[in-house]
Amino acid sequence: MLELKNISFQAEDEKEILKDVSLAIDDRIVVITGPNGGGKSTLAKVIAGIVMPTEGQIILDGEDITGYSVTERAKAGISLAFQQPVRFKGLTVRDLITIAAGRELTVSEACSYLSEVGLCAKDYIDRELNASLSGGEIKRIEIATILARGAKFSVFDEPEAGIDLWSFRSLIHVFEKMQREHSGTILIISRQERILDIADKIIYIKDGVVERYGPKDEILPTLIGTARAGCDILMDKLD
Amino acid sequence: MIDEIGKSLLKEVAELDALPVGAYNIRVNGESSVRNTTANIDIVSKEDKTGIDIIIKPGTKNESVHIPVVLSQAGLKETVYNDFYVGDDCDVTIVAGCGIHNCGGGDSSHDGIHRFFVGKNAKLRYVEKHYGEGDGRGKRVMNPTTEVHLSEGAYVRMEATQISGIDDTVRKTVATLAANATLEVQEKVLTDGVQHAVSEFNADLNGAGSSCNIVSRTVAKDESVQHFSSTLNGNAPCSGHTECDSIIMGAARVSASPNLTAADVDASLIHEAAIGKIAGEQLLKLMTLGLTEAEAEERIVSGFLK
Repeated sequence: MLELKNISFQAEDEKEILKDVSLAIDDRIVVITGPNGGGKSTLAKVIAGIVMPTEGQIILDGEDITGYSVTERAKAGISLAFQQPVRFKGLTVRDLITIAAGRELTVSEACSYLSEVGLCAKDYIDRELNASLSGGEIKRIEIATILARGAKFSVFDEPEAGIDLWSFRSLIHVFEKMQREHSGTILIISRQERILDIADKIIYIKDGVVERYGPKDEILPTLIGTARAGCDILMDKLD
Repeated sequence: MIDEIGKSLLKEVAELDALPVGAYNIRVNGESSVRNTTANIDIVSKEDKTGIDIIIKPGTKNESVHIPVVLSQAGLKETVYNDFYVGDDCDVTIVAGCGIHNCGGGDSSHDGIHRFFVGKNAKLRYVEKHYGEGDGRGKRVMNPTTEVHLSEGAYVRMEATQISGIDDTVRKTVATLAANATLEVQEKVLTDGVQHAVSEFNADLNGAGSSCNIVSRTVAKDESVQHFSSTLNGNAPCSGHTECDSIIMGAARVSASPNLTAADVDASLIHEAAIGKIAGEQLLKLMTLGLTEAEAEERIVSGFLK
């Protein structure tokens, strides 16, 4: 279980992005949603240790990880799929998946993670993570590294953003399979209704404040017309 | 005789555990130690100066020549002239390389002057690795000069690597290309401490349809200094591309200077140069996968120079 206790985060320009956020997350799939600029991505970064909260505590399975560095949090069992994956000249897909797994992988093991995200392993395993990969390809590789990590708490920051030709349904399958086969918690930041639909619980954040948090069946009906507002065209494209 | 230090240097520069297959000439501490020739590849000592001529018969396919050099005697300085005559229609690999072990007070240096005359439609892969070790105060110095002359339709791929232990180096590469010849160069350099590395390329694309691609990836750590310069002269309808990509760390200093001259309206020449530190987000990404900052940095550098 991940507990956030009275988390606040103030940016350097003094804008308060998270205001006294308290949450206990122990369900299998939890989706954070809410309008742009509401603090969703900042919350993901606070959990992964990329930004330190100005106030508050973060507890993972009873262990206070508030003062932990990014590396220490990763070792404690937190995993983060970046909204915009990072490119590396020289590192290959195989290298990244091996680092993620934390051990040497057989070719077939590494390939199985790529197949999960709909990439033909043979074509990708030795590709460099450089500018030759499309936005959609590198996004899927990012998701494959999280599968390889198999952490107890995996955070996905807008996993649907930039997913090109790969069908949206396949992305949902990845989460469902993770839910079936792994024991950890999956925290997804998304504004996509179909992702909200696979959640056990939904967190709605607006202006840095948790406005609503509860079971999907309770929260989702209250969001229709808010979470989707303004991006129907994008949603249609993703479909 | 090759002693234990020599054997370990040979392994570093030529990946040799035993004598190689094919033609070879192994030079140890200023003298040719062992040599082998084949029916198609002859190796002859020069009479007027130090060095060898390597003569590869036209049409020789799938053969290799190893000519590694090791220096383990502190304070030894030498200049060696090696000429390679690669006949028409050959398809061969030449592996050179120099390892210096200097544990004494005097500087050790090896200056290899290599000239390649590559015949029509011949294909050559040339691999060169430079390596230094030893904790003496004496510097380990290498100044390789490589001249490559490509005849019509020839293809040459050069892979030059200097990853460790060379204190001072000036690498000069000069190439001339006839019609439809292709030259590819891949250079990798890492400097640390107070090491100094200069790499200068100069290619004359003289023949119609010739092309040249020079890619240099370097990492400069600590207080080391690197300079890369690349001159392409397009004298005919041709295409040339040169790229220098460097990671700078610590208090290092890196400079890159392109110099393109086109003397033909159908010459297309491109230069790219990028110098920068490791991106913060690259470090962060690997740290979220469980590596420490130092481990992440090491992985990024080793991947970049792979």
